[in-house]
Formats: sequence, structure tokens, C-alpha cells
Amino acid sequence: MDMKATKKKLGLKEKYAHMTRGLGWDTTYQPMDKVFPQAAFEGIKIHDWDKWEDPFRLTMDAYWKYQAEKERKLYAVLDAFAQNNGHLGITDARYLNAVKLFLTGISPLEYVAHRGFAAAGRNFPGVGPRVACLMQSIDEVRHAQTQIHALSNYNKFYEGFHAGATHQIERVWYLSVPKSFFDDAFSAGPFEWMIAIGFSFEYVLTNLLFVPFMSGAAYNGDMATVTFGFSAQSDEARHMTLGLECIKFMLEQDPDNLPIVQKWIDKWAWRGIRVLTLVGMMMDYMLPKRVMSWKEAWEIYFEQNGGALFNDLAKYGIKVPECITQCTVDKEHISHQAWATFYQYAHASDFHTWLPNDEEMDWLSAKYPNTFDKYYRPRFTQWREMADKGERFYNNTLPMLCQVCQIPMVFTEPDDPTKICYRESEYQGEKYHTCSDGCKHIFDDEPEKYIQAWLPVHQIYQGNCFPEGTDPTVEGFDPMLKVLEWYHIENGKDNMDYEGSGDQANFAAWRGMATQNT
Amino acid sequence: MAVKALYDYNYPAADTQDKFHGNQLLYVGWDDHLMFCAPFAYCLPPDTKFSELVEKHLPHSYSRHPDWAQIDFAKAVWLKSGQPFQPDMNKTLAEQGLKHKDVLRLQTPGLNGNGTYF
Repeated sequence: MDMKATKKKLGLKEKYAHMTRGLGWDTTYQPMDKVFPQAAFEGIKIHDWDKWEDPFRLTMDAYWKYQAEKERKLYAVLDAFAQNNGHLGITDARYLNAVKLFLTGISPLEYVAHRGFAAAGRNFPGVGPRVACLMQSIDEVRHAQTQIHALSNYNKFYEGFHAGATHQIERVWYLSVPKSFFDDAFSAGPFEWMIAIGFSFEYVLTNLLFVPFMSGAAYNGDMATVTFGFSAQSDEARHMTLGLECIKFMLEQDPDNLPIVQKWIDKWAWRGIRVLTLVGMMMDYMLPKRVMSWKEAWEIYFEQNGGALFNDLAKYGIKVPECITQCTVDKEHISHQAWATFYQYAHASDFHTWLPNDEEMDWLSAKYPNTFDKYYRPRFTQWREMADKGERFYNNTLPMLCQVCQIPMVFTEPDDPTKICYRESEYQGEKYHTCSDGCKHIFDDEPEKYIQAWLPVHQIYQGNCFPEGTDPTVEGFDPMLKVLEWYHIENGKDNMDYEGSGDQANFAAWRGMATQNT
Repeated sequence: MAVKALYDYNYPAADTQDKFHGNQLLYVGWDDHLMFCAPFAYCLPPDTKFSELVEKHLPHSYSRHPDWAQIDFAKAVWLKSGQPFQPDMNKTLAEQGLKHKDVLRLQTPGLNGNGTYF
């Protein structure tokens, strides 16, 4: 009698079942709630983890195969870029200052996201989200690594890349803004993490972060960054879907979850939008060849796309975050306010700044007809007059910071762009200052958390930001120079004006050699 | 609302006055002068006289603005936490009740960067 041959390969559906759901088990030596202590304390109620729908149905073996193939292609392009002096193909070396901001401000977040998703995967009792979080965790560490590799080529030729993605994130004043955002999320429970990063950051705001940087790279001839962007794109699509699935899952599991989820959406939308101030500035001021204005990006990716998303979530009872009213005002201001800040503190930054030229100011007037000529052109014009007289303005005093977003208090009142917005709270007899109703609201909700904030200005005054062995009592002690040393910012090389910088001179000389005979 | 946590969540504040080596933080903003993007944070001994703040520390930060020399401090308006505040030039910060992390706003009516708020 013929033996019936066993099937050698599992079907996709069976494979998915075995390789994801089949990997879970209930513990017996210890009760489940002891093994998964973080699953319940935030107040989110989950009745049936099996209801989790995995939209991608990706299994680990397939994951490795796809990612390996993608990375082979990525590294082939990066090698070609390096060997062919690809850095000379960019529009202008001024562009690289946006890349420096990306490397020092965004790449480290990828690494923290890796750790955060690993922790979320560990802490969720449900096997579906655990596997999804595991893959995202690996994606994020790959992204940190591939970004560092993609951008390391620039470090051979230009200033400001040498401290890379690790040293400055824990020290430099403006990098505390993205860092504190992720610290805030990582120190919350796993469900809040998923709303903060999985939903707000990856779903609601990711287009505003990645599209501008990647389109900016494409417009400005930066093939290294473009290639990385393409490579990461399929991962990002999966991350966005995970964030959305997670929020729907929470809302479908129990009606009591709605107010908690709404609170987190409100909080993390505002936190994210504050961080994106840096991106707005990059789009409007840092790209030699501009893609679109920050305001246009906001209208397309947040107001239109985000609006559709919130319509979709309305059936669960989710409302559009209240802060959006203020964002509608802010979209015409924040990029200018941010660049004005970096211009005057350029001596303390790891990239170069410049004043917009006449053509750029006209572009800004056209893109911001309600605000640029009225409020911001006069500022840039007067700074230019000072600079032309040899009196380039550098601000010599440390600014007051917001306790929550940690951005200097540069934002103005929603109803008056000529008045700085001051908000104040008191907790345990101590005063705390915030830049907006949004940040004040977040502080007042969890003051115990934000009183611990590592505010760079206060830390400098406490004496915690000097190299080891510094004696601040010696004659002629210059605290600013010591802080820069501690930041690993080389004074006179990495910081201050682009005009007259080594980057400018070298790029001109090298490109000259590539295109001329002399 | 309090932080939800698995344990008693209680950590010290990072910026209490004892950490500033005998000094206190004082924030000062000059309204209508956005050449300076944000209010300033000063770290000063509590026995700093208000006159020293006005004659030494603020000019160090602000004097590059052409309006600074025009200020008539007899007419200047001060706010503390948004409320009217009448400083006494001859008293110290501590003597006039200025505490750690207080915020002052200096208003100089008529001066606003020639209407540009620069």
C-alpha cells in the first residue's frame, strides 16, 4: 500500500499560526499577572488578547529574509556613494546642517525606540502584539545602525558629524527636546508607550518627520539619505499599522479604556508637535532647494490626512485633540521662531546657521503671507544689518526653558505673536514654568514626573556640564567654552555661521576640483 | 492626577535651590523685544541687590539692543508671575521676596523696536 507523503511545507496560514500565536503559552509555576506585572497598572482593560488582529501576518523567518535583501541593496548603494564622492553631488554643503540635526537628534531616537519596543514586547501578555513589537524593535535598531552608516561618509569630510548619534543626545541643549520626549514615553507603561510612539509618533506625525527629511534629501542630491529612506519605508508602513491596530484594539476591548486613551492621544499629539518644531525649521530655513513650506506640510499631512484618521476613530468616541486649535495658529510661526533661536545661539550648536537671503525671504513671504513680513522679516533684516557692520548678534545669556518640552520659551501667545507665552504651575512649594497651555496641562497632570526633568540650562548652572576635573574657580574661567568641550562641539569649527566655515570652503574647493581644471 | 505606577512614585525635584551652590534662579523677560528669542535664566546670590540686576546683569544680556539705553527705569513696569510688581532697587532679591525660579517681565512702554518688536 502506498504511504501518503507528508506535506513538506506549511501553508502561509499554518506557518503564521505556528510562528506567532503558537509561540505563546500561559505560565504555570507563577501566576500570569506576576510574570506580566506591567499589563494592568495603567488601567487599560484587555479581556481577550486573541482578538488582536495582525494586519501584516509577518513571521520571523520571512522578516529576516526581506530585511537581509533590503540591507544588501542599501549597503551596495552606500559603497557606491562613498567611492564616487557622492557628497559632492549635493546642492550645497549648507544642506548638510539638516543632516547633522537628523544624525544627532533623530538617529538616537531610533535606538531608544528599539529598546522601548523590546520592553513593550516583553510586557504585553498577548502573543500577537509581542511578536509585532519584537519585529519593530529589530527594525528600530537596524534603522539607527543604517542611518549612522549612511551618514558616516559625511564625517570624513565635514564638521559636526564626529560626535555622531551617541554622545550629544545626552548633553546638548536642543537635543534634550527629542530625548526628553522618548524618556517620557519609555518611563510610562507599555500601553502609553504604544500610544506615544506607536500611534502619535509613528502614525500621526511620521509623515511630517520622514517625508520632509527624505524629500529634502532627494531634492538636494543626498543619495545616501534617500537610499536609507527607501529602505526604511516598508518598515515604517508596518509601524504605522501597528500603532493604529493597537489603538483600535484598546478601544474595542473595553469602554473604560476610552478616557485613558484620549488623554494619552491629547498629551502625545502635543509632545510630538513641539518636537516637530525642529523639522519645521529645517524645511523652511535649512534646505538650499526647498520641498514645501512647513505650513503646507502641516496642512497636507496633519490637517487633511490626520483629519481623515480622526474621522475614522470618531466611531470609538475619540475626539480630535484640543491642542489642534493652537496648532492652527502656530503653523505660521514656529519655524521662524525656531530658526531665530538657533541663529542667536549658533555658537552653542553642533551645526551652522545663516540668515535667509533676499530670495529666501521672498519665498517665506509668499508661503507665509499672514506672518512673515509682519513679524519675522524685520527681525532677520535687523540682524543682517548688525552682521554687515561686523556686529553679528550672538545671544550671551542662557534662556529660560519649558519644564515639559524643554524648548527655550520662544513661543508666543496664541492671540498675540508679539508676546512670549508664559505659563506657571506650583508643586510642593516650587515653581515650574511652561511654554504653552499644552505643556502646562501635561505638567499639571503628572507633576511628579516632570519635576525630575534634566533641563540643560539648569544643569549648566548646577555645574554638571563641564568636563571632568574642571575647576570653575580658576581665573578667566569661561563656562561656555567648557560646556562646548563637554558637548564635544569644537568651537570655531562645528558651530557658528556657515559663511566663513570650513564646510563652506572645503565644499567649494572640492567641487571646484571635480568640475574645473584649476 | 498622580502618576500611575507599580510602586510609590516619589522622586526628588531636579532643580531645588540647594543644588545651585548658594544661588537662586531668576528669570527675566523684556516684553516686545524679540531680538532676544526667550526670557533669560540668571543664577544669582539671593543677596544680589535689585540695582545690581538692573545695572549689571540685564545690560550684559540686553545692551546690544538700541532700545536698552532709552529705558527710563523710573517708568518701567515690572510683572512677577504676570502680576504687578514694584521692585526696590536698594533691596536684595531675598529682601523683596523674590524666590528661587520666580519670573519677572520688564515692560518699557513706548519702546518696542520701533514698532517691529525686534
